[in-house]
Parts: sequence; C-alpha cells; structure tokens
Amino acid sequence: MNIPLIEFKNITKRFGEQTVLDQVNLQIYEGEVTTIIGLSGSGKSVLLKHIIGLLKPDEGTILFRGEPINDMKKTELAEAMSKISYMFQSNALFGSMTVYENIALPLLENTAMKKNEIHDRVMARIEQTELTEAAQKYPSELSGGMQKRAALARALITDPQVVLFDEPTTGQDPVRKNAILSMIAQYQKKFNFTAVMVSHEIPDVYFISNRILALYDKSIVFQGTPEELSNFDHPFNDEVIRSLEGLQKELTGLYSRRQFKVLHRSQLQSRKSDEGYCVVVFDLSDMNSIVSAIGYDRAQETIHSMGKYIDKHFDAIGGFSTRRKINEFVTVLPFSDIAETESIVKDFMEDFQKSGMSEIWSEAQKNDPQTRCVDFSVKAGMAEGTPVAEIDSIVKLAKAHRKEIGRLQCAVKE
Amino acid sequence: MIALDDYKQNRTGDTQRFRGTVSKPFALIGRNVIRWINSIGAATIFLVLALLKTFHPKQFQKVIQQIYYIGARSTTIIMLVSLFTGMVLGLQSYHALVQFGAEGSLGTLVSLSLIRELGPVLTAIMITARAGSAITAEIGVQRISEQIDALETMRIDPFRYLVTPRITASIVSFPLLTTVFDLIGIIGGYVSAVALMGLNAGVYSHSIRSYVDMEDLTNGFVKSLVFAVIVATVCCYQGYFVHMREDSKGAKAVGLATTSAVVISCVLILVADYVVTSLLMV
Repeated sequence: MNIPLIEFKNITKRFGEQTVLDQVNLQIYEGEVTTIIGLSGSGKSVLLKHIIGLLKPDEGTILFRGEPINDMKKTELAEAMSKISYMFQSNALFGSMTVYENIALPLLENTAMKKNEIHDRVMARIEQTELTEAAQKYPSELSGGMQKRAALARALITDPQVVLFDEPTTGQDPVRKNAILSMIAQYQKKFNFTAVMVSHEIPDVYFISNRILALYDKSIVFQGTPEELSNFDHPFNDEVIRSLEGLQKELTGLYSRRQFKVLHRSQLQSRKSDEGYCVVVFDLSDMNSIVSAIGYDRAQETIHSMGKYIDKHFDAIGGFSTRRKINEFVTVLPFSDIAETESIVKDFMEDFQKSGMSEIWSEAQKNDPQTRCVDFSVKAGMAEGTPVAEIDSIVKLAKAHRKEIGRLQCAVKE
Repeated sequence: MIALDDYKQNRTGDTQRFRGTVSKPFALIGRNVIRWINSIGAATIFLVLALLKTFHPKQFQKVIQQIYYIGARSTTIIMLVSLFTGMVLGLQSYHALVQFGAEGSLGTLVSLSLIRELGPVLTAIMITARAGSAITAEIGVQRISEQIDALETMRIDPFRYLVTPRITASIVSFPLLTTVFDLIGIIGGYVSAVALMGLNAGVYSHSIRSYVDMEDLTNGFVKSLVFAVIVATVCCYQGYFVHMREDSKGAKAVGLATTSAVVISCVLILVADYVVTSLLMV
C-alpha cells in the first residue's frame, strides 16, 4: 500500500469540556477524491481544519507523506502547507476586493512573480472557471455558484497538490449542488490535485468520490469506496446514511442505490427463477462538452430532466431506476423482455427530445442569450437477467452492450 | 442529638452563605483585575508581534494605503474641529484675560494649550472616532466571515497583512495630524482674538514666538506617538479577537467590539496623557 499523503493517528480535539474528535485515525491518498461524511455538527470541519493547521490537536499525530508534522522544521512545515489549499464553506472571499484581486492575492503576497506574470496566470484561472465577465465584479455582485467558482479559482491559483473543500454545496439548490460537485470532479481531473471534501450530500458525493470516510460519534468508523459503504454493517448506515439519503430525490426524483437494491430484491424474489426481466443502462455521453457549452448548472438540469423523463416513462410500467454515476442511470423493468424494452426506450427518447430538450435549451438561452447549442448523444445498453442473478452482473452486461440510441439536438438551433 | 446536629449544620450553612455574600464583590473585582492584566499583556504581545513585521518587503504599499485611510481622510474633520477649538479657546481666554489686562498673553495660552494638551488629545480622540472604529469593524467582520482564516490558509500572515500596516500608518499619521490640529487651532485663536475681538495681531504672534519652545513641540509629538500606538493597538486587537468575546457572537460582537475599542481608546488616551505629562515634567 502507498504511503498516505495525509494520515491522522489517534487525533483527539476538545473545546473546553466538549470532546469533538476522539482518537481519530484516517488516511488520505494522493490523487484521489476523499469525502468525509457525517451529520451536521459531528466535527467534519474541525477535522478538515486540522489538516491545514488552522486547529491543533490536543492529542495524536498528523503525518504528511509519512512524516509527523510536529517533528518537521518550520521551513519544512511551511513547504508542506504551501501545497495545500482550502475552500471555505462560506467562500471567505474578500468583500472589498474584486474577483480578480481575490484570485491574485496569494500570488501577490507570497511570490516574487512580476505583475504581468501574475496577470496572465490569474486570467487563465478566471477563464478556466468561466468567470471572465465577473473578473472586475465584487463578490456581493455574484451569484452563489459564481462565488463558489471564484473561491475555487483562488484555491487553485497556487497550483496546490491538495485542495480541501469544506461543505462546498451548502445552501445551494439541488441542481447547483450537483453542478458544484461536477465542477470539483472535473477540475480534480484537469489539475490532478488530491481533493478532500467535507459533505453531507449523500449520495451525490458518491458519484465523484474515490474514498469515503464516515465520521460518527467523534471518530472515523469507515474508510473505503462508496460501494463498500453500502455493505457496511454499522449503526452509521442506519442513523446517518438513511437520514441523509432522501436528499437524492431532490435532483433526479429517482431511487437511491440502497432503495434500488431493496426494490430489486423484493420485486424479484417471489418470481420463478426462469422468469426474465430487463435492465437498461443510460449514459449521457461526453459531459465535458455539455458543460463547456451550457455550463455546470444547465448540465445538471439536463441530468435532472433526464431523471424526470426516465421516472415518467418507466415507473408507469412498474420499472424502477437509480442514478449510479454522475451521468449514468440504471432502470429495471421487471415485466418486460428485450423487444418491449427497446420500444419503450425509443418512446422515451422521442419524448425527451421533444419536451425535455426544448425546455433545457430555451431556459439556457433565456438566462444567457450567448449560450451555445450543443448536440449530444445518449447511449443505452440493455440486458436480460433472471431473479437469481446479481444485479451488478446484469448491469455490467448491459453496459457492455451500450450503443447510441439517440442524438439529442438543440431545439432552438437555427 | 438530631436537633443539635441540625442546628450545627444550619449554623455552618449560614456562615458559608454570609462569607459568600461578603466575598462576592471582592471576587468580582479580582476577576476583572486579572482579566484586565491578561488583556494588557496580550495586547502588548500583539503590538510587539505586529511591529516586528513592519519591515517586510511587501509592506510599503499597504502602509501608504492605510496612511491614506487613517491620516489623509481624517484631515478635513481634524481641521474643522481644530478651527473651532482654537476659536472658542481664543474667545473664552480673551474674556478671562482682559479682566486682568493680560490679553497680551492670549497667543501663549492658546498655543501652549493646543501644542501641549488639546492638540494631541483631541486629534487622537477624533481619529479614534473616525478611523479607529472603522479599523475594529473591518477586522472584526473579516474575522467572523473567516477571511482571516482564509489568509492563514493562503500562508499570508494576518498580522503582517492586517495589523502591522494599520499600526505603522497610525504612528506616521497621528503626529502629522496633531501638527495640523495645532496649526489650525492657533489660526482659530487668531480669528477669535484678532479678527473678532480686536486684539493686535503682532501681540498675538509675538506671545506665541516668545513662550513656545522646542520642548513643548517635542512633548506634543511624544504624546501623539503614544496615543497612536494605544489607539491602533486597541482598535486592531478588539477587531482581531472579536470571535473570542464572551458576551456575544457574530455581527453583534463586531458592534460591541467597535464600541469597546472607542471607549477603551478614549479612556486610555486620557490616562496616558496624564502619565506622559507627569513623566515629561520630571
């Protein structure tokens, strides 16, 4: 196993009489998106602030690349911390500075770069985060999503190796929440930093996270992949995940992965072992070009719209669906064979093209007349399964048979 | 036997209650004294840490910016206050001195009052009201909105970035504004005495030149420096540690911190004025 980039060993933190973290042990690995989940007030932000040194532990050791930070020389510690950026829940942008000045600040204060070099670098980040028109505006003049992007641009301006996100989606509506998460995932890939995120947006964070850390009752009770978490037998799953999971319906209106599995079991266990059913995997291809054409918010609305249309078409005939990845949906049709499923999917595509897409484009252009139209394709794969087979293996088979089933076109295109 | 035990217990309880009632005010005073001593110690360390970062290469522009906010933008109000202070001083003193036929000393009285006392004190109080309160509110808001934490995460020393430029700018601005106050105040006295009351202009200016010496100017300068350090430290300190206030949190804490900064600064200006005057007279 690799040496963790950041490791907590028996970290305890108290505020007066109150113990917030008790013997916390965790590992964060390089290049991954690690999400710390837990209920509000459980100490997630406190944990994150220990990583960047805003808080010091009362007991225990924090290791950076295997070296205890307490044993580091001042210069070594400064060097280690210089590789970490922090994006605050409240954004913490300087209200008296423009977006440009906010982003340029770390370079102006910490480097010997010339003004024109700083300008080039800041403008590059501004363009990458789609803030060109907001560069000379003050944070109070921006929308919540734009403020988040400005905070992210500031966090990324020093090319950090690690970026810590403290509840980046707080106070946002479901579409914007998913837009921010998708933005983080995209930038993480683009700039290749290690992301550590605190969130309680379950299950949305699963779509972008490599590892999940579960903070429960003052300590980390789980470390692993989102898939492993669904099989984790612990009160955390009952008390925390279930209480937070309902939020998933906010975006897509579809079942959560857990509810999907339960439905799958209960609907199919009473059936004969040779009675077949169908699984359809939908895939909205090339999310990056969609995002660059219509922006993060509209891209999430496309997903939202797709979820709505999937639910409308397949729920009526006894089907049930879930969202497995940022742009992937899985539907089970318990009473349909392949031929029938193909016909239903065709109807679905026509309806989505006719009503769903026109809504998306007209809304996008109403908000921003400059919005560029982009055609994108929806792929679908179908597979037949039997009640005795594991759902994951049928999904895998369906994915292997994926092909383009429709090209969604901009309805207002000239 | 049981009744005797009850009686003894009641007596012990009464004694403890009595002691508690008597000692309560002393305990309160003691706690406040300890808190004050702690605060003075913390503020002194705060000042020293801020001053140590004065000569950082990236400070110059920030200090100039703060001189503009604290100094230049206070000039108008200082001129206005000093003009009327000098005028009223001239008017009152003229009426008092004329009874003894000593109106020829009016220039001396006005100029010495302004240069030794009123100039440094009133300038410091005016800057506290105008710029000091703004310093506390600005730093306080930055604290509660996590902007100071953000500076730390960006490895920008908040002391160097926020506190040092303000203290340095105050040290530069206070003596300059005090000089403006003295000058305009003396002109105000001239307006009252010469233009309105008919005192001879030459007598007024001669009495100033005869009795005002370099020591008076130096004393006023020293006082203004002391007041600059006090006002800037108190105002920055109150804003910087607004999140540690026990009486309130958030925006209310910023409001209370601003009030505290102004009140504490004004009281300390007057206390320090007496102490510095006593030391300079030795």
